[in-house]
Amino acid sequence: MSTAIMAAAPKASEKHSTAPFDPRFPNQNQTKYCYQSFLDFHRCQKVKGTNYEPCNYFKRVYKSMCPNEWVDKWEGQLDAGTFAGRV
Amino acid sequence: MPTWSNLSLQDANSPLMEQLIFFHDHTMMILFMITIMVSYIMMTTMFNSYINRYLLENQTIELIWTIMPAVTLLFIAIPSLKILYLMDEINNPMLTIKAIGHQWYWSYEYSDMNNIEMESYMKPTNSLEEGDFRLLEVDNRIILPMKSTIRILVTSSDVIHSWTIPSMGIKIDGTPGRLNQGNMNINRPGLMYGQCSEICGANHSFMPIVIESVSMNQFMNWLNSN
Ligand SMILES: [Cu+2]
Repeated sequence: MSTAIMAAAPKASEKHSTAPFDPRFPNQNQTKYCYQSFLDFHRCQKVKGTNYEPCNYFKRVYKSMCPNEWVDKWEGQLDAGTFAGRV
Repeated sequence: MPTWSNLSLQDANSPLMEQLIFFHDHTMMILFMITIMVSYIMMTTMFNSYINRYLLENQTIELIWTIMPAVTLLFIAIPSLKILYLMDEINNPMLTIKAIGHQWYWSYEYSDMNNIEMESYMKPTNSLEEGDFRLLEVDNRIILPMKSTIRILVTSSDVIHSWTIPSMGIKIDGTPGRLNQGNMNINRPGLMYGQCSEICGANHSFMPIVIESVSMNQFMNWLNSN
């Protein structure tokens, strides 16, 4: 691992971003930021269809904020029709 | 990191920890002043021979010894609150990492870009190399870029754990079903060690945390190589 770090020059213009600060969730507890973004993504897709690019903003946010285990669980529940949120 | 026979706090590796050390020293000054003053007063009251049998009340001195501690407490409370809210502040972070506590190891996720997941177990004593720290070294370190704002989200998949790096002034509980946010801004390259700080079961002492802080270029190289 450490030898890999020392390797060649980095790519100069790396597009790089993460979920921004959201004034709806100013606290230490960010659980709702993750969950709300997951909901918003699926609501957005339900209204606008799966090919609507702006929906992917929510996806990027929940990908950054949610533990992968949670996302897998919720997606499983969506497929099984047992998801508790109102999509 | 802690060195042998170290008293007091570890050297600061982040602006937050610097502030916490300033606050600690400031509070200790006040504490010493009070201790010395009180012990002096107690000594003199024990050894003097002034006696006033008719003393029943003295409004003035009561006023003084009520106001004085109140002002002293203000001098502690205001900087304390300042740091408390400073620690909650997160200014559009550059990177988000997630730390998930398990019985008994930590796992980490970098999912802003190419979704790196890794598990970080303690190195057992018999596989330590020369210069490694017993019970502190892990197989997969968290690689982080220095001098950039990093959001750390801590959660757990079983019982409560606590993700701690003393030299950066960070201690965040990992609670199942909840995401706790913290922020880091590492001052320098190097290794930062920490241990789980919430009694979480039999191997609670054997799930250390190691951060390897590198330059942004090296970090991007590492990301791209994963
Ligand atoms: Cu633990």
